[in-house]
Amino acid sequence: MTTLTDNNHSGVSLQVRGLRKSFGGQEVLRGVDLDVQPGEIFVIMGPSGSGKSVLLKHLIGLEAPDAGEILINGESVESAEVATKYRMALVFQSGALLNSLTVGENVGLYLAEHRLKPSAEIERIVAEKLEAVGLADAVDKMPGELSGGMKKRAAIARALVIEPQMILYDEPTSELDPLSAVVIGEEILELKKRTCVTSIVVTHDRDLAFGVADRIAIINEGVIVTVGTPDEVKRFNDPLVQKFLRADLKREPQTKNL
Amino acid sequence: MFQNIGEIVLLFWRTLCALPFAWRQRQKVFDQFFEIGNASLLMVCVLSFFIGAVIALQTGPVLVERGLASAVGGIVGISVAKELAPVMMAILIAGRIGSAMAAEIGSMRVYQEIDALRTMNINPIHYLVLPRVLAMAIALPLLVVFAILVGWFGGAVVAETNSHIGVPFQAFFDGLRDIVDFQDVVNGVFKSFCFAIIIGAVSCHQGLVTIGGPRGIGRSVTKAVVNSIVLIVIFDYILTRFLLKS
Repeated sequence: MTTLTDNNHSGVSLQVRGLRKSFGGQEVLRGVDLDVQPGEIFVIMGPSGSGKSVLLKHLIGLEAPDAGEILINGESVESAEVATKYRMALVFQSGALLNSLTVGENVGLYLAEHRLKPSAEIERIVAEKLEAVGLADAVDKMPGELSGGMKKRAAIARALVIEPQMILYDEPTSELDPLSAVVIGEEILELKKRTCVTSIVVTHDRDLAFGVADRIAIINEGVIVTVGTPDEVKRFNDPLVQKFLRADLKREPQTKNL
Repeated sequence: MFQNIGEIVLLFWRTLCALPFAWRQRQKVFDQFFEIGNASLLMVCVLSFFIGAVIALQTGPVLVERGLASAVGGIVGISVAKELAPVMMAILIAGRIGSAMAAEIGSMRVYQEIDALRTMNINPIHYLVLPRVLAMAIALPLLVVFAILVGWFGGAVVAETNSHIGVPFQAFFDGLRDIVDFQDVVNGVFKSFCFAIIIGAVSCHQGLVTIGGPRGIGRSVTKAVVNSIVLIVIFDYILTRFLLKS
């Protein structure tokens, strides 16, 4: 996906046209169309099993579509040139840190494996990125010693090292307490402010979505139901969207029968 | 099954194509080499000693009874060098190291670590498969050389100490030298080199195609070991036939 071949830090645009994907006869994506502008925070929301994560894997080239195309700045994501021309990173839902490496080695892995910097410089960059996500003390820890939130922040630091032009987040706040979720949301906003990166966030966390998004797409059963600004989506008059956005636990009033 | 074989051959070909990057991965090759050698040396020693010992025990009394005491060393020597050390050590390493490789790569696959490598444009074949196959291809032949020497020693000890055989050390090794050529040892080591590539490729392939959770990893480990052993036995025949011809 990525090689630091230039110093171009500006975000990239993304177009998805008629994307279809089936697994074992079950159609997961049924003609997805999307347009994401450079530097935008674009949130994809939807219920579990609606195809969000599969869509995200297609966007970074981890899955090949059955039909349709994905364009980065007008070039197909499947072409070899795109992989070297544009820097993209994915923050996995689980963090996907390599368990055999320390946090510092994980964060510096991209630079070390591609031999982009001398080791002293890599150490400096790793320390800087870990500091940025509040994990300066975790450099020598193993991923197994980190909490869920720390793993996600370490994964963000690993993505930051790439200096991505497009960063994708898969459920960045799942399994996190509300405070950690806020920290992650702030990181996403801060990163956009600092580097103008294009951010695509897949989530079903309504607080995160409406807190960070420039635009939101709602996906259901492999189809984009609506796309718009947070206010437009809130006003979108569709029973399914309204049900998804307003779903809340309603507790029966308790009778006093003590 | 044929799809699996095709995928293994393709993986091996891609690993061969990645050989120019081996120097870059030298630290990982060394780590894997140390893991294979360090973890297996004692077991190789015990196993090969007793393999040599039992061959001497089985053949010695029969040969001595027929006045062929001088052949005991040769029989033990040639069977250990050409057949038993390469095959038994390969089976041991398939169980001990191949299973660990399949489990490690399989869990990396299940927990999306391999996807993470791909998103960083790090080729899993360069990063994971090449160092393991290369380390295996160096370590197993060396372990087999060691196993041959220990196996001969085991045979010699039994030949001397067992009252039904009673062939002295010197006579055992004289007989061994008469029958076993240097070429026989080279053939055995060459076989083990081929087995090492089979174990490495099969185990890494099983790891890379793992699906599901812990149960999937368990299934991959079992398949890696079973498929490696089946292929080792089949290729043992093919290689023996080929080496006999030459």
